[in-house]
Amino acid sequence: MAAVEFRNVCFRIGGNLILDNLSFRIEAGETLVLLGRSGSGKTTALKMVNGLLFPSSGEVLVEGRPTTACNVIQLRRGIGYVIQEVGLFPHFTIGQNVGLVPRLEGWPEEKIAARIKDLLQQVGLDPAKFENRRPRELSGGQRQRVGVARALAADPRLLLFDEPFGALDPITRCELQDQFLDLRNTLHKTSIFVTHDVREALRLGTRIALLDHGKLEILATPEEFLRSEAPETRAFCEVLELGPRMNAP
Amino acid sequence: MRPGLFEDILNLSAEHSVLVLIAMAFALAIGIPVGIVLTRRASWRGWVLGFANVMQTIPSLALFGFLIPIPLIGGIGKRTAIIALVLYALLPILRNTLAGILGVDQAVRESAIAMGMTARQLLWQVELPLAAPIILAGVRVATVTTIGTATIAAAIGGGGLGVFIFRGIASVDSTEILAGAVPAALLALLSDGGLSWIEKRFSPA
Repeated sequence: MAAVEFRNVCFRIGGNLILDNLSFRIEAGETLVLLGRSGSGKTTALKMVNGLLFPSSGEVLVEGRPTTACNVIQLRRGIGYVIQEVGLFPHFTIGQNVGLVPRLEGWPEEKIAARIKDLLQQVGLDPAKFENRRPRELSGGQRQRVGVARALAADPRLLLFDEPFGALDPITRCELQDQFLDLRNTLHKTSIFVTHDVREALRLGTRIALLDHGKLEILATPEEFLRSEAPETRAFCEVLELGPRMNAP
Repeated sequence: MRPGLFEDILNLSAEHSVLVLIAMAFALAIGIPVGIVLTRRASWRGWVLGFANVMQTIPSLALFGFLIPIPLIGGIGKRTAIIALVLYALLPILRNTLAGILGVDQAVRESAIAMGMTARQLLWQVELPLAAPIILAGVRVATVTTIGTATIAAAIGGGGLGVFIFRGIASVDSTEILAGAVPAALLALLSDGGLSWIEKRFSPA
């Protein structure tokens, strides 16, 4: 059984077709990158997985069950979600933010406290230093680390990332990508990762799905992706070939 | 100064405060829940805010007068006065509740929903705490204006500090007018200060 499966998914807003007959499977343990330009439908596709949106036609199955047949609250609590704006609660401490889903799930307090310390350590933040601070006291990179810790808190089977590192400076982005790879190697979680950055896609994805105007152009491993002749895929690969412009005549 | 003036001031100030407290209690009990409902029902906003706006534009003396002939809620006395005061206080509370909740950062709301919060948890743990300073600001405005407007309640037999003012006007006695106006101003300042303290005390983050 696939961890996530899209079956002939279409999504319309008004007269616009945002997702056009999307079908693919995501196997347990892999990191599928949804790559595409702005407006290609990748974020929309991601939001179908945790029931923030539902298909206009077709269905999305999470562990074999259509999202429309799930208790959407339970579905979401079992899926970690990280977005570019992070969306930490400004009125909660870092610790409270990280412990949010365990608390919603009614874990005992001492277990939550231990989990918070453990998670902050895993994402490279010293619990003693950060646990009682507020989100606004942190840098963008630190905040996104907290965002990742929060997504991992209730040990979800599936993680969704919506351009999580898009707003960070290149060096911090690289550090967080490294950490993402570390976490994947230790936790082996299924992840879906939305980005428009082809380098990030090649670096993090076990497979890459390229969306163009709501259609799936290619679903390939990074090696196959680089060799592909499909037009939108070529367009993304050409970005890679652009070197720095030095001593231009 | 006439004998017994000080005692009258205390009694009428107390009566005035009770009028305001009752009116504010109703205005809060109606304004905040309705404001919350409006955040969920965009199509109702125009109608409800329009109604509250119209209420606000009616001159206060006229509004008190309009209510007198209406059966059940009308007549002369405190009840009619309180209803008029509630109608006045409604708009700032309603509007600020709506603005406060709609002003919550979209990314915060989206992650709350994506974390699996129920609608109720979203409201109580995220939206209301983050909107609290703006809602409280509305409550402050409503309280201060209600204290002022409540002086007109005396015109329809509602009592309060307006009794001094109307009596002073009728007898061209500025001492009486001041005996109503000064305590009313002090009450307003006092409650504004108190509410601003609460606002600071409970503001998140």
